[in-house]
Amino acid sequence: MIFLVAGLLVLGAFMMFLTGLGIYRMPDVFTRMHAATKASSLGVALLLLAAILVFGDPVVLTKALVTVFFIFLTAPVAAHLLGRAAYARRTPLWEHSVIDEARGKIAASDDAPGDHQPGR
Amino acid sequence: MDATILANSAWAAGAILAGGMMFAFIRLVQGPTLADRVVAMDALATMAIGALVIVSVVTGQALLLDIALAMALVIFVGTIALAMTIERGNFK
Repeated sequence: MIFLVAGLLVLGAFMMFLTGLGIYRMPDVFTRMHAATKASSLGVALLLLAAILVFGDPVVLTKALVTVFFIFLTAPVAAHLLGRAAYARRTPLWEHSVIDEARGKIAASDDAPGDHQPGR
Repeated sequence: MDATILANSAWAAGAILAGGMMFAFIRLVQGPTLADRVVAMDALATMAIGALVIVSVVTGQALLLDIALAMALVIFVGTIALAMTIERGNFK
């Protein structure tokens, strides 16, 4: 039991380390976002699972599950909005990118910076 | 015995987490665009949640998990606001 908790702590922290390494090493904004969102969500989930096992308390269980659910719900939404904003600002893609599926679907936002249409 | 194993693994986890935070902080400082910095800041805040959970496990303070939940709420709103700022503002 205690070894399971120790393993979960180290594994969760290692996922967080992979997040930082991915953000540092990846070539452009979109791939960095890919590294940041998924690995850090899994890391938080593993660390909170370790907390659930250590405390063994229904209150802690509920709080940890709510936190994990909220992070799993909001991290993709935040990454989607941020990626969309970065694409609309014409942030350059990595030169070895093979496909650009958003071309022509997301309008560039720097044509008329003063009169933005809300809700576009 | 159990407390020793738990404390040692928590120190190891904290050291690994600090390494990840260092890399994310380098990207936060030298990121070429604002979007890079927002991604790094978001990841740093998520890592701070992880650090809070590790401290909570070691010290037995279940109250720190409430702070972790509140931080998760705050960083979501902050990232959304910064994404809207990037999309509408006239700066790189």
